[in-house]
Amino acid sequence: MIKKEMIAMLLAGGQGSRLGVLTSKVAKPAVAFGGKYRIIDFPLSNCINSGVDTVGVLTQYRPLRLNTHIGIGIPWDLDRNIGGVTVLPPYEKSSNSEWYTGTANAIYQNMEYMEGFHPEYVLILSGDHIYKMDYEVMLDFHKANGAEVTIAVMPVPMEEASRFGIMIADENRRITEFEEKPEHPRSNLASMGIYIFNWKTLKNALMAMADQPALDFGKHVIPYCHKQGSPLYAYEFTGYWKDVGTLNSYWEANMELIDIVPEFNLYEEYWKIYTGSEIQPPQYLSENSVVERSIIGEGTNVFGEVYNSVIGCGVTVGKGTVIRDSIVMNRTQIGDGCQLNKAIIAEDAEIGSHVRLGMGDEAENDTAPHIYNHGIVTIGEKSVIPDGITVGKNTVIFGVTTAADYTDASLASGKTLIKAGE
Amino acid sequence: MVRAIGIILAGGNNHRMKELSQKRAICAMPIAGSYRSIDFTLSNMSNSHIQKVAVFTQYNARSLNEHLSSSKWWDFGRKQGGLFVFTPAVTAENANWYRGTADAIYQNLSFLKSSHEPYVVIASGDGVYKMDFNKVLEYHIEKKADITVVCRDMDSDTNIERFGTIRMNEESRIEELEEKPLLAKSRTVSCGIYVLRRRQLIEMIEKCAEEDRYDFVRDILIRYKDVKRIYGYKMKDYWRNIASVEDYYGTNMDFLKPEVRDYFFKQYPDIYSKVDDLPPAKYNVGSQVRNSLMASGCIVNGVVENSVIFKKCYIGNNCVIRNSIILNDVYIGDNTRIENCIVESRDTIRANSTYTEEPGRIRIVVERNDRYVI
Repeated sequence: MIKKEMIAMLLAGGQGSRLGVLTSKVAKPAVAFGGKYRIIDFPLSNCINSGVDTVGVLTQYRPLRLNTHIGIGIPWDLDRNIGGVTVLPPYEKSSNSEWYTGTANAIYQNMEYMEGFHPEYVLILSGDHIYKMDYEVMLDFHKANGAEVTIAVMPVPMEEASRFGIMIADENRRITEFEEKPEHPRSNLASMGIYIFNWKTLKNALMAMADQPALDFGKHVIPYCHKQGSPLYAYEFTGYWKDVGTLNSYWEANMELIDIVPEFNLYEEYWKIYTGSEIQPPQYLSENSVVERSIIGEGTNVFGEVYNSVIGCGVTVGKGTVIRDSIVMNRTQIGDGCQLNKAIIAEDAEIGSHVRLGMGDEAENDTAPHIYNHGIVTIGEKSVIPDGITVGKNTVIFGVTTAADYTDASLASGKTLIKAGE
Repeated sequence: MVRAIGIILAGGNNHRMKELSQKRAICAMPIAGSYRSIDFTLSNMSNSHIQKVAVFTQYNARSLNEHLSSSKWWDFGRKQGGLFVFTPAVTAENANWYRGTADAIYQNLSFLKSSHEPYVVIASGDGVYKMDFNKVLEYHIEKKADITVVCRDMDSDTNIERFGTIRMNEESRIEELEEKPLLAKSRTVSCGIYVLRRRQLIEMIEKCAEEDRYDFVRDILIRYKDVKRIYGYKMKDYWRNIASVEDYYGTNMDFLKPEVRDYFFKQYPDIYSKVDDLPPAKYNVGSQVRNSLMASGCIVNGVVENSVIFKKCYIGNNCVIRNSIILNDVYIGDNTRIENCIVESRDTIRANSTYTEEPGRIRIVVERNDRYVI
């Protein structure tokens, strides 16, 4: 009989629309991070490092890049005879076919997958956080307390607590109450969206709540379990944990990697983060290059200057080009004599020569100020910017642009230029 | 090319590598920052669609075995074929080490006999090159050759006294083949890559063993050259054998040339290596890197010029590294100066040390100090 003590279900179906054009072609968990990684590498690596070798990855929005990246799980050692990684997209049924309508609904629709492993516990993860966590320690906590549901929580500053789902726990960490984004929070323990359920508890709750539209863990399943009297415990996590849900938090989390001793250290011998690496050669820094306070991925060629930046694999930085405070993802080519300031450039983009990004004064973005802010220039994947273009702050460019798309060879601060034909 | 199986002769060691080969077989030597020597031949075989490859190894194979612990990096982990590593073993008939290249093949003759592919590609594991073996095989068939030897013209400043030299007639049939002659009569050297029919090889190897002969070049190629049709296939692209300190250093430094990097790193097909899951290289304040290759996992705080830095090295504050090769996982303490050196892997260099050699000469640095890291 096949049996796994704990299996993981990783929710990777969301778009993450606050990352703007970065997620217009890929799901958020597939967005590049830290030079050579993708966001989903962190929970996947945590799983294998914690001894969880059975992971169902639930996909829905734009799954191609995610599917290609995960493959059969070789980089994470999740290519197993029994278990391993399985990509679980929504599927057609003889009746009631539907998309995944909520986090818990997605899990509900994959009941059969979970049942096949006869698990004792199910770990629910989301694919959009940067952190290192030993789920086995959390499971020990869960067992020691005789919990039926354990929710990982993180102390946050009181003034920010109203942005999160807040848990109120007694001195034994047993959860007595919880509030979703409360106006006047009574605790600062924010839910991290990581849960361990006893399989029986989870199954009963999902079956009982099956008809709830947009079935969600935070809104429906956890309150249901609480109402049924299941013991709920809060597992406090104090390590580095970053939600990279907005462009600014994404930019910040990348920049934190270049500190002398980063709070989130990728260079530790144990707890490695794994990723699929299709580019293997070393990087080359030319005679006149300058690189300071930056991290750079494999196979990148630098002929210019790079400061305070995170550069991916297979990138070319042309002669005389100066990059500051920017993120450049895999295989993007940047011409000669460019100036890049606080730009996020997605994969496979082509930036011509003498292009200047992030120039001038700030102005509010004209289409989506809640997404494009903090002065960041965002360039979508496979975009092309011709030679000699000057681009302002809080701007976004996506698609193959030509000189004709710009007035006076420039795009003013706050402007949006999206040319992407599907 | 499911028409051929591959054999990689990876056993060798020689004094020309000095201290560098104390730790490992030559074909496990790190190359160009991210690779090991044998990756080139393995990738060439994989890219030529050879599915079944045997690696014969004998001398200090720990490092090599570790590198070959999984065959998936070169895509050999298939149901048909696969990657086989043969070290000498005591059997009912035999208790010897491999006494030569032909003996290594003889001791594993069952591998050849149980295969069904009509041809064999034999290659050494210490060459840095790209090659489509299908082209050699087509040539071999077209010439109706018994054995085809891949060879290359070397320019006049290359020291060729450690190679086998070849003279061919206008039809490319080999007329003269000398092993490491003191006075070379030709600038054409053998690259140590051979193509022949599997049955032909079995027959020759068995004959060889009967006569207590053990060396493939001396006892097969040279001995049979007038009896069998042995042809030379001239390759014109980059090829370099790394089996001396000078050539090892030179090969690595070649990768600082844009055309060499473009040929190996950008052009199809790729060279594959074992994936080490290291983070991106990190450059802190004070780092100044010029005309150098840097592999993943390195942390740089000092000056690096005209050098090749392999994986996971740490270079301290105020260090100056010039014209040097720093092998994997070396820790270099602050204020250290290294010029014209090859620093052995996993070395720990104390702070405030100096290792220099005059230009044109190469110093090998082997240091075993304790390492205290955060």
